[in-house]
Amino acid sequence: MEALINMVLLTLLAIVTIGVIRMKNLFAVVILSGIYSFLMASVFIVLDAVDVAMTEASVGAGISTVLLLGTLYLTKSEETEPLHKPYVALFLAAVTAGALIYGTLGLPPFGAPDAPIHLHVANRYIENWKEETGVPNVVTSVLASYRGFDTLGETAVIFTAGIGVLLLLKGRKSPGAETPDMQAEAVAARAAAREAEAEADAEDNLS
Amino acid sequence: MKMDLILRITTKLLIPFMLLFALYVQFHGDYGPGGGFQAGVITAAMVILYALIFGLKAAQRVVPVSVVQFMVPLGVLVYTGVGVYTMFKGGEFLNYNLLGHDRVHAQEWGILLVEIGVYITVSGTMTAIFYMFAGRGR
Repeated sequence: MEALINMVLLTLLAIVTIGVIRMKNLFAVVILSGIYSFLMASVFIVLDAVDVAMTEASVGAGISTVLLLGTLYLTKSEETEPLHKPYVALFLAAVTAGALIYGTLGLPPFGAPDAPIHLHVANRYIENWKEETGVPNVVTSVLASYRGFDTLGETAVIFTAGIGVLLLLKGRKSPGAETPDMQAEAVAARAAAREAEAEADAEDNLS
Repeated sequence: MKMDLILRITTKLLIPFMLLFALYVQFHGDYGPGGGFQAGVITAAMVILYALIFGLKAAQRVVPVSVVQFMVPLGVLVYTGVGVYTMFKGGEFLNYNLLGHDRVHAQEWGILLVEIGVYITVSGTMTAIFYMFAGRGR
């Protein structure tokens, strides 16, 4: 049953990915990438990684879809035709994909108990977390206690990203925030005046 | 969006439950899935939903830009503050065992405080980024 669910989810993922590549309408691409994130979250749930699934659903399908839609509002919603044939990029992508697939051949089989990642500190956490932290959820105890430094680093990364976006998008607006709008309004007003004049002229000519 | 009665009423009904769910995810993270990061994102999603339906200005009256931008560094300060406090108590950086008398209790305090730090920074940053994108007219 689990294998069937996995196959359905992964097939849908592949279909959505091809859709994202083929579509030219960026609005559809944004919605498809939201669907992609939801499918990914379902895959994580099947893998019993509920915390990761929650993050993927809220960040991937929620926030980033909204941010991409906000970006679409500022730009055009149709993809422009590329100026040149992307053969070099295709070659690079194919080589990278080949190297990655070759790399997966050296990995231990999926879920193998003797994989290196399960032999390092994971066993120690699983054996001692209840006595040492008293927190029922082992994921929380690893994230916030055993790996407190890592989580501090992650928080710092989010902080840095936020500050970066604030600086980039705020700097443009500061001194002359009103001028482009006002110019546009003035241009529009002048165009309207000219149109009115032209209409008046046309009416004069007719009469 | 003045005419979308159904959207507005549904949003009004949903928002308190979204906040409640975020707080549940935050404080129940010790027992079930979730934690500061997920709770922060859900809170930001609540503000974003409000802004999408009722307009950016209404959202910024409820959650002002200055508050959101203050939250971005505040969470990191709370997190590092816990670490510095444990150093003052004579231990290592982020050694929660010095936060209370018995070990398990101290660990719970440490995890709670640290998760609150993560929550503040994540919800502040996500909302701030959305405000920045939405505030730029075409």
